[in-house]
Amino acid sequence: MCWRNRPPQRMRCPVLGRVCVGVHRVAQSESSAQTLQKTPLHALHVALGAKMVEFGGYDMPVQYPAGIMAEHLHTRTQAGLFDVSHMGQVTLHGPDAVAALETLVPGDLAILKEGAIRYSMFTDEAGGILDDLMITQRGTSLFLVVNAGCKLADIAHMQAKIGSRTKVEYHEDRALLALQGPAAASVMARLAPNAVGQKFMTFRTGDIAGIPCFFTRSGYTGEDGYEISVPAARAVDLANALLAEAEVKPIGLGARDSLRLEAGLCLYGHDIDTTTSPIEADLAWSISKRRRAEGGFPGAARIQRELAQGPARRRVGILPDGRAPAREGTEIVDAGGAKIGTVTSGGFGPSINAPISMGYVASAFAAPGTQVGLVVRGKTMPARVAPMPFAPHRYFRG
Amino acid sequence: MPELRFTKDHEWIRVEDGDVYAIGITAFAQGQLGDVVFVELPEIGKKVAKGGQAAVVESVKAASDIYAPVSGTVVAANDALAGEPGLVNSDPTGAGWFFKLKATETAEFQDLMDQAAYDAFVASLG
Repeated sequence: MCWRNRPPQRMRCPVLGRVCVGVHRVAQSESSAQTLQKTPLHALHVALGAKMVEFGGYDMPVQYPAGIMAEHLHTRTQAGLFDVSHMGQVTLHGPDAVAALETLVPGDLAILKEGAIRYSMFTDEAGGILDDLMITQRGTSLFLVVNAGCKLADIAHMQAKIGSRTKVEYHEDRALLALQGPAAASVMARLAPNAVGQKFMTFRTGDIAGIPCFFTRSGYTGEDGYEISVPAARAVDLANALLAEAEVKPIGLGARDSLRLEAGLCLYGHDIDTTTSPIEADLAWSISKRRRAEGGFPGAARIQRELAQGPARRRVGILPDGRAPAREGTEIVDAGGAKIGTVTSGGFGPSINAPISMGYVASAFAAPGTQVGLVVRGKTMPARVAPMPFAPHRYFRG
Repeated sequence: MPELRFTKDHEWIRVEDGDVYAIGITAFAQGQLGDVVFVELPEIGKKVAKGGQAAVVESVKAASDIYAPVSGTVVAANDALAGEPGLVNSDPTGAGWFFKLKATETAEFQDLMDQAAYDAFVASLG
């Protein structure tokens, strides 16, 4: 037996990557374990029986003994705790931070009130995506969360381009935990009085179980939930306090990937990268009317052109008719067998109990319901373009 | 007890009847692979060479090839796995069998690892 899907080494920025639980992969990560970085929760993961794999330069839990399927379903029905400390936390200080960062991202930051959050992306001059990120308006600063594999490049990019206008501070001394699922709010209400009533895509500060934190009501699963920034020295205390709650179980990167795929969310380095524009990636919703009109971010010319004329290809959801998963790299063909696109993420959706994929197709084939073929192991399998998310978002909008 | 042998690819092969063998993956393999969600089985009558790709098993995250541990002709496939691929996890050496081969040469079977050798091999993987 051969585990075929080893993580592609060529990927510049795998956030979640091709998580492979095979023996080859485990052996590989063991041999390079001494060079991998560890999050403040590393020892806790090992103590909880996690299977550890290399991810984004870190030794991370891909799953705990419960397994990916059980962890995924637990997050959808109760609450899951994820260690996402490998991601980059950055603050941009000073009164010019908003105007400065708007020169690097197409998101509308000027419109943000204190405590509000935007999803956006760093674009390059060709309109490709260097990374995607969350941006919080904190009043006198902006708080950014960027992908693990991109964080050093992102920081260098900001220092080079806007470092004279805003002070770029990298919070290497903070951990990041995500609490996700329908029970997340009741758990937080018990431990963090200041979390009560917080709405989706907003930021608050406050103690959680007596530990000073700041937290956003956001996530990467499609569920209601929080991402919590905590001083590294208190991360284990916080994780233990959350895990002591009856609804909360630890969840690995494997379920994080299947949850975000069901939620139709992009994984950098797979579904988006420097070869894809935000418009092709179906992220036009993240660019406001003002920014579309004014431009003023890298690659604006291409993005404005694609907004006006439509992109040549689009990111879409794809549902195979059969049971075989169509994974990253699978060729998408039309009825005549001609190639019309490629799958960028694919696997099995435990909550919908069926294989699911997302990928890019020529725009003529992007309408939901369009019949396409997926070439899996040399055979063409019937499939349909499907709306995303595959599993409904359940955010708390108040 | 029917005779059982193992490969370094974590497959088991068991004598069913004379030169007919059943093939599946080991408990260790299913544990490494995680929740199985799909199995692609060979067609009856397909001829496979020792070491040739004969089936595919997919978990939530990974697709893995299953190789023929001996040369032969496929004489049966476990259709129950189409509706219930989780049998590979719950009963890997029983109801979770993949396919049966009529072997070309039974000597190939004897060359494979026995239980003790396979257990030692797994232990050596740490």
